[in-house]
Amino acid sequence: MAAGGAQRPDPLVPIPVTVRRRRRESPDTWSLQLECAGPWPPSLPGQFNMLYAPGVGEAAISISGEPGRNGLLMHTIRSVGAVSRALGDLRPGQQLGLRGPFGVGWPVGEEAEGRDVLLVAGGLGLAPLRPALRALLDRRRSLGALALVYGTRGPPDLLFRGELARWRRDRRLQCHVTVDQAGPEWQGEIGVVTRLLPRLVFRPGNALALLCGPEIMMRRTAAALRDQGVPESAIFLSMERNMKCALGQCGRCQFGPSLICRDGPVLRYDQVRPLLVVREI
Amino acid sequence: MKTLEQLIAEQPLFADLGPDFQRLLAGCARNVRFSAGSYLFREGDPADSLYLLREGRVALEAAAPGRGALDFLSVGPGEIVGVSWLVPPYRWAWDARATTDTRGISFDATCVRAKCEADPALGYALMKRFLPVLLERLHAVRWQVLDVYGSAPES
Repeated sequence: MAAGGAQRPDPLVPIPVTVRRRRRESPDTWSLQLECAGPWPPSLPGQFNMLYAPGVGEAAISISGEPGRNGLLMHTIRSVGAVSRALGDLRPGQQLGLRGPFGVGWPVGEEAEGRDVLLVAGGLGLAPLRPALRALLDRRRSLGALALVYGTRGPPDLLFRGELARWRRDRRLQCHVTVDQAGPEWQGEIGVVTRLLPRLVFRPGNALALLCGPEIMMRRTAAALRDQGVPESAIFLSMERNMKCALGQCGRCQFGPSLICRDGPVLRYDQVRPLLVVREI
Repeated sequence: MKTLEQLIAEQPLFADLGPDFQRLLAGCARNVRFSAGSYLFREGDPADSLYLLREGRVALEAAAPGRGALDFLSVGPGEIVGVSWLVPPYRWAWDARATTDTRGISFDATCVRAKCEADPALGYALMKRFLPVLLERLHAVRWQVLDVYGSAPES
């Protein structure tokens, strides 16, 4: 890592980083807290890194926690294939490679001042929204309403449980959690995230909506928010495509006129809506 | 203390129904309470009531041998619990269990259906309110069946 957080000379070359903590979030999802020998390059909520599992391969993984006082960067990884399984299996003390950060993050800076900010997460989509929510809570007084709606498959799949419990108690935040299916021990909401949107107290014309989750969920949520009066230009989606170079050079993650790694992953709904229903893209 | 007619008029589902229709519905209505864990109805029971919740939460569930109860939808204030009272043979398809202490308005389904038959304008007005609920729940079920939060293969 270059000293002082300067851009590395070759963004195609991973730097070695070390797993310091590993936490099981759900049956197939792990959070790794990583340590870097030097300072981390500055990152923004919503950006991603390319993580390299030695000898296995590389995958684009969103940053789920920016370095705090402990200097550790967090990534949350669901084991779905060879690379993510190898990354999720890493234990404290083991090394991996990292390139990044890459891409455009969430509009949670000056763009959010005075706005009613809604975060809608589905499944693993809570991971990229976590740093955004933490940043928004840090400057809560400069915002209007603040809401998180989080949906996932079932209670065992809920991520960041301790933090989620704190968010649900936090009076500064309207926090709603729902699952697709549950046993009778679950006392919370059951159903899709769009059912909870009418319960949010916010000004649609002044809203800023950040969505992250499976594309079907984001399409339906964006449409529901639009029907509630949120302008399409105020809805942002974190898109996912197969990223390879992460530098906008290889074209693997092309999405219409955009390259997700360079122009995204966070894109404005009004700019991508026509493309979301094009199956060939 | 508010009258049933006032309570009905406060519910978003019936707020713009107009006082005449609200009064007709109030003639079929009564206040109900369910303590947490009690059942509003069971699968196979006659669907003789329409429940509109004012407070609390109700889970719709199915019993699965060896798996216990599986909850697939929760219903909260301002929402109706089930729709089987609307369509013959008027039998509940699922169990409905209060997950918290719950209050609501129960409408005698036979009474509501008879008033709708007698006054098609009321029937149409109610149909316009229940059909979006049915469509929204149908879309939600399709979304859930697709298991969109399941693991996508690594590309």
